[in-house]
Amino acid sequence: MISMKDVYKKYPNGVVAANGISVDIQQGEFVYVVGPSGAGKSTFIKMMYSEEKPTSGDVIINGKNIAKMKRNQIPQLRRELGVVFQDFKLLPKLNVFENVAFALEVIEEHPKVIKKRVMEVLDLVGLKHKMRMLPSELSGGEQQRISIARSIVNVPKIVIADEPTGNLDPDNSWEIMKIFEEINTRGTTVVMATHNREIVNTIRRRVITVEGGMIARDVDGGDYGYES
Amino acid sequence: MKARTIRRHFRESFKSLGRNGWMTFASVSAVTVTLLLVGVFAIIMMNLNNTADSVEEDVEVKVLINIIEDEKEAKAAEDKLIKQIEKIPEVAEVRYSSKDQELDLLIEKLGDEFKLYEQSNPLRNALYVKAEDPLDTLTMSEKIREIENVHSVVDGEDTVENLFTFLETARNIGLVLILGLLFTVIFLISNTIRITIIARKDEIEIMKLVGATNWFVRIPFLLEGIWIGVIGSIIPMVLVSVAYTQLHTVLSSELKGQLLQLLDVTPLIWQVNGLILILGVFIGMWGSFMSVRKFLKA
Ligand SMILES: Nc1ncnc2c1ncn2[C@@H]1O[C@H](COP(=O)(O)OP(=O)(O)OP(=O)(O)O)[C@@H](O)[C@H]1O
Ligand SMILES: [Mg+2]
Repeated sequence: MISMKDVYKKYPNGVVAANGISVDIQQGEFVYVVGPSGAGKSTFIKMMYSEEKPTSGDVIINGKNIAKMKRNQIPQLRRELGVVFQDFKLLPKLNVFENVAFALEVIEEHPKVIKKRVMEVLDLVGLKHKMRMLPSELSGGEQQRISIARSIVNVPKIVIADEPTGNLDPDNSWEIMKIFEEINTRGTTVVMATHNREIVNTIRRRVITVEGGMIARDVDGGDYGYES
Repeated sequence: MKARTIRRHFRESFKSLGRNGWMTFASVSAVTVTLLLVGVFAIIMMNLNNTADSVEEDVEVKVLINIIEDEKEAKAAEDKLIKQIEKIPEVAEVRYSSKDQELDLLIEKLGDEFKLYEQSNPLRNALYVKAEDPLDTLTMSEKIREIENVHSVVDGEDTVENLFTFLETARNIGLVLILGLLFTVIFLISNTIRITIIARKDEIEIMKLVGATNWFVRIPFLLEGIWIGVIGSIIPMVLVSVAYTQLHTVLSSELKGQLLQLLDVTPLIWQVNGLILILGVFIGMWGSFMSVRKFLKA
């Protein structure tokens, strides 16, 4: 469960990227965040995994107010979330298996657990058979699937994605969306910032439109509401 | 922390040492040179201090007493003088030595020819006075000079003062030099670690994203710094040990009966080796800590 209340964010350079945002997202929801470039979508999302702290207001994730959280508590928060980016952020020298396992190794998970979970998520994203390959040997879509596998390998309640299909062609984008839907079906909350009109208008879900750091529209089963 | 995690940190830190090749080499060399100087300096200072200590213990002021013909009067005057000297706060100990005892000393030191003087002893009765703190010797002898019936005070002013000034100057110059070097080395190490951190920027970003703790992220870099310090202290430890053992064998017989005495090889070299190693670990840790703090903030 994600809950923001009167969130205001001013960057050190004076830009106000969130100007009084209040929103509630229930466990298990699938939410698109849309809006023009520079509207504040990424900022909105970054405040959910404490990459940015709000200047004022509350951000409650899984019952904890992370706006007031100390820095040494961030790791625990991140373990309860999965984050996916437009640029995959895979480590080029590690193979597919190792890239996914990395997320569990650095939180000191037991090797046996790591092996089991990594196999499960690689199966889910359909890339078990390529687990010995390096990221450079995979297509963009496949790389993004690995990155998604990594984000869910710790079984998070919430997956946050910032333009996960931004670098992908339509076919690969649909592949990625299928995986997100599958994750969502299993009860995980998915919050996804996107510019992909076709996807938003086809797979109908809750759509939050951000404009000028404010929520301009918030419609269940809505469409890609603004003109770009 | 789990054994598995510790192994991982060690592995990562060694990998970085290798990957940074030349920077590692430069840092290790700088540590080596610095610690070698530290070791040599420590050995010299410890030996000089030891010499100074033994000189200090010997620092005694000799007070010559005015000659008074009447024996009774002389005795009374001497007793009074001793009481007065004992009242001076800096004084630790006063010892009386009659002119006959003085002559015996002289004969013992300079030879039987001086037995001539046994007929008519030209010497004066004397007092030997020690200060509580050797550094107060000169103040003390100034005060003694003021007292009645004191003919003169022999305090070896120049020797004592010169030795102390020399020791202090040597210590200060050495310390400044070494501090300067230490900072240079710490800076070099922190630069090396900075390069490692930059090389691992992506890895660190992902680690933090998936919830690795700050210490988990930091420890390999701190370890890398420590290794640089430890590797850099090996050569200085070996060289200092071997060199001092040799020096001791060669010089200690030469120095027999001299003021300057070399300290025994043990425990000295263990103390110095300990100092070198601890300092190596410390500068390595500090160097990497500076970079870690700067570049691994959030
Ligand atoms: N770290 C930062 N420091 C200063 N200003 C920033 C920072 N990050 C974002 N901004 C500014 O905040 C505003 C919102 O940025 P944000 O990245 O949230 O927009 P966005 O909706 O994600 O845009 P896009 O669709 O292009 O990704 C922009 O004006 C941007 O320039
Ligand atoms: Mg963005």
